[in-house]
This record gives sequence, structure tokens and C-alpha cells, in this order.
Amino acid sequence: MSQTMTGAQALIYALERQGVDIMFGVPGGAILPAYDPILDSKIRHVLARHEQGAGHMASGYAHATGRVGVMVATSGPGATNLITPLQDCYMDSIPVVAITGQVATHAIGNDAFQEAHTWGISMPATKHNYLVTDANDIPEVINEAFHLAATGRPGPILVDLPKDVLAATMTWHEPEEIKLPGYKPSVRGHPKQVKAAIELIQESARPVLYTGGGVIRAEASAELTRFAEMANLPVVTTLMARGAIADSHPLTLGMSGMHGCYTATTAIQQSDLLIAMAARFDDRVTGDVAAFAPHARVIHVDVDPAEIGKVRNPDVPIVGDAKVVLEQLLEELEKKLAGGAAPERAEWFDQLARWQRDYPLAFDQDPHGPIQQQYVISEINRISGKDTIVVAGVGQHQMWAAQFWGFEKPNTWINSGGLGTMGYAVPAAVGAQAGMPEETVWAIDGDGCFQMTMQELITASVEGIPVKIAVMNNGALGMVKQWQKLFYHERFSAVDLTDHTPNYVKLAEAMGCVGIRAEKPEEVAPAIEKAMATKDQPVVVEFVCDPEAMVFPMVVAGGSNDNVIMRPEDLPDPRGPQPEDEI
Amino acid sequence: MNHVISVQVENKPGVLARVASMFAGRGFNIHSLAVGPTADPTLSRMTVVVDGPEMEQIIKQLYKLVHTVKVTELPAGQGLEREIMMLRVNAEASRRGEIMESAAIFKAKTVDVGVSTLTFELSGDPDALADFLELMRPYGIVDLVKSGRIAMARDTKSKDGNKARLRSA
Repeated sequence: MSQTMTGAQALIYALERQGVDIMFGVPGGAILPAYDPILDSKIRHVLARHEQGAGHMASGYAHATGRVGVMVATSGPGATNLITPLQDCYMDSIPVVAITGQVATHAIGNDAFQEAHTWGISMPATKHNYLVTDANDIPEVINEAFHLAATGRPGPILVDLPKDVLAATMTWHEPEEIKLPGYKPSVRGHPKQVKAAIELIQESARPVLYTGGGVIRAEASAELTRFAEMANLPVVTTLMARGAIADSHPLTLGMSGMHGCYTATTAIQQSDLLIAMAARFDDRVTGDVAAFAPHARVIHVDVDPAEIGKVRNPDVPIVGDAKVVLEQLLEELEKKLAGGAAPERAEWFDQLARWQRDYPLAFDQDPHGPIQQQYVISEINRISGKDTIVVAGVGQHQMWAAQFWGFEKPNTWINSGGLGTMGYAVPAAVGAQAGMPEETVWAIDGDGCFQMTMQELITASVEGIPVKIAVMNNGALGMVKQWQKLFYHERFSAVDLTDHTPNYVKLAEAMGCVGIRAEKPEEVAPAIEKAMATKDQPVVVEFVCDPEAMVFPMVVAGGSNDNVIMRPEDLPDPRGPQPEDEI
Repeated sequence: MNHVISVQVENKPGVLARVASMFAGRGFNIHSLAVGPTADPTLSRMTVVVDGPEMEQIIKQLYKLVHTVKVTELPAGQGLEREIMMLRVNAEASRRGEIMESAAIFKAKTVDVGVSTLTFELSGDPDALADFLELMRPYGIVDLVKSGRIAMARDTKSKDGNKARLRSA
């Protein structure tokens, strides 16, 4: 195809050629030229009600499908509203491309109407970004943008397009071969290191396979599970890795870290070998780094060399794609075992089983008491089944969802792990549902989170995207309240949301959704069933929950993971760490 | 301790901003930074002098930038390091002679002569510049401008591939 067209047409054509089937955006002045050819394109455009919503939709889409999500916004406020979703995707390594309009090239730098220095503002929030100044560059830039978003360590890319560049005439040409002399991600692990890793694993008496979200990004769940089985390794999943291995698998210990379960956190502490698989030793996982897994040697596999040694120096560093490295490890282990079995490690597995028996994740639902969020989550899980895609906001409900949902496969758990973006759930669920129309998508959301981005339910009902939203109404910013309770002498400051305003049922109905309320434990299951029976409309189910409930287990921020607190009474000092301590 | 790193980057708009932003965002300190073209017009070279112990992270984070092609850490004291400085000192007529004499020892060039000041240009090893500065300080420094450091590794390869210093400047 060698045809004269506008920059805007070239942009949409280039997106089509990347296989984009849907994009999420809000138009405006500078991006106007790009919205005209959308009318003639097979790409579906979902009109979000706020650019932040569009950004999280693209992120939810990418999470659920594994494909690159696309968000579109105009210059100035449109672009700045994308910064939160971009940073969110950067922290969680989610592949997205943002297309932003910009004022015309001759106006740049003149404080023009709706001008912002988008390239500069987005630079630290993206893996890479572009300001296109010539329409003839569009084929190459879009090609590079998608390549960078999806390869190596995935991440967000922003392409800023001035209005005159979009309006200019150009002749379409096939994009030249990608020339990025400074970008060559390592895919295969070094064979010597792979060998060394297998040696350490074979010698280890108390190994733990510490699995991060990179395993899901690399689509390496099957390889991970096979490797754990063949090498006989217990598996801990981080918040981002929930679903990387089935929770029902006998080798799975669950989530570790600040609100991880006792066995997973303690297994890492007591291990003699930590195999970090595409995990990044986040502070929510390690607690006090100096006290983290003190007896463990470390094998660290990551596609991003900068993650290796950033927090903990490994004994065996392996730079490579998790799927490829796991295949290499499997091959090397097969050779090593030569038909024999991996070490039995009976003592270690007995110990793990004792911890699981003595310190289980548990909750108590008094049939006559207030609704516990853990109960709601367990019931949604039981009723909706294992294929459900679960999307969470940020806070108590997110931690309980991560703890109590039984994940059976990858890409069914979508949340904002690194950035901790409140308000993530509703738009991300809309994006996930748009990408996976056959699946059931449930958002588990808090009342605080819900009020940040709930307007995207208008998008959902208008666009026919039938997400189901569970609003855990505890009338408070629950996690902040929990900290004020534990560490600030119960001086509650700016956490009260009230449990009666807004009226969530009416609000849902006003936005074109079905609204349901459950106030007592016996109303929980019927409410969920009613939501499940609604197929053609978004549903909001308000669960009026216990306002006093707190998330446990808990390791206090900056504390040692040796001190897993199972109940508030177990806090070592009634005052806990001081407010000025690291958060 | 200061470390010198030589960074080859693609000669693209904004690449300096990317490097500077990464340093700021990661909390790394830049002592000095010099940028210029290389023999290959598609590449630029940055010489960055950094403080602090996180050299490995700095190098890895530099490599993470898409436009970074190559990063080389030049071992302290073993590379060829140069700076240029212009220095204006108080020089009353009565002290001019001794100041000029000191400058001559350092091979500093006199580039401006004022009624009561002298301005020197001196380029060379950063230590020599520092020594000259100390020597001039008692006369009263009116103004001082220094370039960032530029550096290059020594060529330590011999013809047969063995490491051997052929000649040092």
C-alpha cells in the first residue's frame, strides 16, 4: 500500500495493522483529526467518561488478554489525566500504548490553549515516549511503540501527536525495520547460570519458589507449574502473581508479604534457597530487607537486568524471559535427574503443613452479625466459579480478595499492585470485560475506591459491557482507618465516608446499571445469584460490611517478616511503630 | 567517591533530558555531566561523574533507557580525564608578576587582562586544575567557570591482543 493519506489516517491504519481491535479514549481539540478516520475503521472506540478511566480500561484489557491495550486522549488535561494509568502500568509492567493529541508544532512552547509538556511529564511514567514532528514518521513510531510495549519487560509507551502532524498529508510506506541499537532484551538465560541454579536447587533442603507477576506477563504458568512439580518446590505467589499457579495445587502456599498468609511469609523467612522467578523484591514482600530471608541463597530470574541486585544481591543471577528460562531450567533438571526423582524434602514439607494447619487464613462470619468482606469474596468465588476474572481496587478489600479468592489460572486476577491506585477496579473491569466478552468479570471494590471512578459504569452500560461490581461498603477508607486504629491511637482523621451517602442502588440505576443491596449475611448469596443472572447489563451489588474489620495477617511496615501478626492483640507494642516510621 | 561513566547514546532529541530525569528520579547524584557528538553523527557521548556507591544500579538504569547504546565505567585514575576552566583572580599591579609566574608553572593561558584582574584558561587533568585553583585562592577569586569532565579509556591493547600500555599521555 503506497497511498496518500493524512497523518491521522496513517495513525489509525498503523494501529489496525498492529491488530488493535479496541481502544479506550476521550476526544478533544488537538486529537480531533484522529477521531475522524476512527469512523471508517474496524477498531472499536469505547468512549470513557474520564481519561483516567480510559487509561485503566486499556490496562484491564491488557491484563486480561495479554495484548497491548490502547488509550487515547487529547492534549493538556486529556494527557495529564493519563499519567496515573501510565505510571500504574509502568509499576506493574503492563503493555499499553497511549496516543495523545498535542497543540500544533508551531504553537508548542507558547502556552497555547490545552497545552502541556506531555512528553516531559510522561517521560518518567513510561518505558519510552515519542513526540512526533513529521507525519512521515508515524509508521515507524507506531511500530516501535508496540514493539517496546510488548517485548522485554512490558510497559507503557506514549506517542504525542501535534494537531498539524495529524492533519498533514503523507504517503504511507511500510515501516522500516526497527532500529533500536540500545534495546536488545535478553531472552535466554546464560546456560552456565542455569546449570548453577539447578545445582543449588538440588542441594537445597528448604527451597521456596518465589513467583512474581512476570510469570503471568511471560505466559509461563504451565512451565512454572511443571518446574515446581519436577523440582519438588513449594510455591509462593506475590500479589501480582496470584493465579500463576493454581491455588488448589498441593505445592502452592499462597501470597506472602505484608498481608500474606503465615505459611508463605514464614516459608520464605526460613528457606535456605529462594528462587525469585520474575519477582522484584518489593517492599510489601520483603518488609525489612536486612531481615528478609536471612538464611537463603538467592537465584533471581528477571528479564530486566536492573531488577537483579536492586534490592537483594543474588547468588545466581539469570537475565531472561521467565518462560524461556523455565524451559531451560526444566531441560537442565531433566538431565540432572536422569530419570530419578527430585529430593523429597520431607522435613520441610512437614513443617510447611504444620504451619498451614496451625496458622490458616480464616475468618468468622457470625450469621447474625455484620457482613464480613472475606465471606462476600468467598461466596462470589463459590457462585461464579473458577473462570471468573476478578478485578480489585486498592485497600482492605483488595488484600482480602488476594487472600480468599482461589485463583486457578493466570490472567484472572487484575489489580493495581505497584502503584496502589485507588479507583482502579471499575474502569479496569470494564476494559477486561471488553477484551473478554465471554467471561464473567467481577470487580471487588471498596466504597472509597468506587467513588473515585464509578462514572465509568455509564461507559459500561452505554457500551453494553456487563461487568459486575461488588461494592464493599464499610463506610470508611478502611485501610487508612486500620492504620489509624493500630498506629495512631484510634484518632480517626478523614476516613469516614458514611455508609448511607451515596445511595449505591439508586446511583447504579441512575448510571444504567442494576443495583442490588445486601445488608445481612443471609442476603449475600441471593444478591450474588441475582447479579450472576443479569447478563445484559452492568450490575452493582452493595454489601453493607463490618466497619471495624481489619486485615490480618499483617507485618508492620518496615518490620521483619519474622513477626507475622495474626490478630491485633498480637501487636508487639500497643502503639506499634511510630507514625514517622517508614510507610 | 567519584566514578566516571562514559555513556554512548543515540543522538536523538531529548536524550539528555531522559538521562537527567532518570538520575533525578532514582535519587542518584550527578557531580558533573558533559555532552558532545562523537565521530559517528548518530551517536552522542555523555561523560558523567557521579557520587555514591550504587554504580551497578546506575549503569543498569542507564542501560534501561531505550536510547542508551553503551555504558562504560572508567576505573578511577586509570582513564584519560580532562576538564577546562576559566579563572579570574584579583591581580593588583604589585602582585601580577608572581601570579603570572605561578600560572606559567601550570601552563595556564592568560586570556584576559583587566585593570585589577587576570583571567586564565587551564585545561588538563582535574587534579591539576584543583591544585591551580588552590594556588590562586589566596589572591581572591573573582569568577570561576568549569566544564564538566570528559574522559576516555586508555588503549591498553597491543597488536597481538595482549594487554600492554603502549604510551601514556
